[in-house]
Amino acid sequence: MVSPVLRRVSERAQLLLEIADDELILGWRDSEWTGIAPFLEEDVAFSSIAQNEIGHARALYELAARDLGTTADELAFDRSPEEYRCSALVELRLPEWERTIARHVLYEQADAERLERLKTSGDEELAGLAAKIDREEIYHRLHAEMWAERLKDEPRYQAALEELRPLVERRNGGSTELTELWEEMTSVRRSQPAGTTW
Amino acid sequence: MIYEVFRQERKGQAFQHAGSIEAPDERFAEWYAREQYGRRGESTALWVVAREHVLPIEEFVDELNRNYHRVDGYPLKEKLKEARERAGTSKERAD
Repeated sequence: MVSPVLRRVSERAQLLLEIADDELILGWRDSEWTGIAPFLEEDVAFSSIAQNEIGHARALYELAARDLGTTADELAFDRSPEEYRCSALVELRLPEWERTIARHVLYEQADAERLERLKTSGDEELAGLAAKIDREEIYHRLHAEMWAERLKDEPRYQAALEELRPLVERRNGGSTELTELWEEMTSVRRSQPAGTTW
Repeated sequence: MIYEVFRQERKGQAFQHAGSIEAPDERFAEWYAREQYGRRGESTALWVVAREHVLPIEEFVDELNRNYHRVDGYPLKEKLKEARERAGTSKERAD
């Protein structure tokens, strides 16, 4: 089932959705560490990163929603798992800290390159939003770099980097892991009695 | 490593101890301090100091009991009363 709104999607909306989906799904995955990160300070820090990512997703969905005549919430939660355009990297549930950090490092690198491109885009609105997001991502990158430095000699971390690197550019949508996350992420919304407004 | 964090709420105000954080090094300490004490706009500046760099002073010797060094060691009330009586301006008479 493809929601009618997505049948004709502009290239710009397509790109916005791709980034927004990345940020939303990664935000959810990162937030799975809330309460159980390796130590308290990191718990606060990583939860804050998760929150930022979801904030970025919201801003991107809002821009896409305007182009598509819908709302950010509908784009974030009312599409089917097959319609998400996020990278396979962010879909995975990673209950191991070294794999989580490997993903964090790989994602921040790829995201930095993407934001750099967008900042010089002729689309002023998009370039402006990219610049805004990038000002927060600077801190995420710092955090990722610090962890990369700390774990660089750990074989498990190195293995995780190699394992996850090929997933960055893969965007198939609808993986089992994403479908499971989608069930969880949208369950409240889908169970709302008719007529509920948020 | 434990780091002590001091927080300044507004420019020009004194820094006050905000709490302590555990971090593997100074860079992590900066990151965690920002997250915990600066994210909500509650601080204009932070001082982050490794606990081992804090010079603690916990003993204040007063062998000769020089209580006039203390704020409560020099009660003014009695002395003021005597002085007023001498000057003839004690409260009773003024009434």
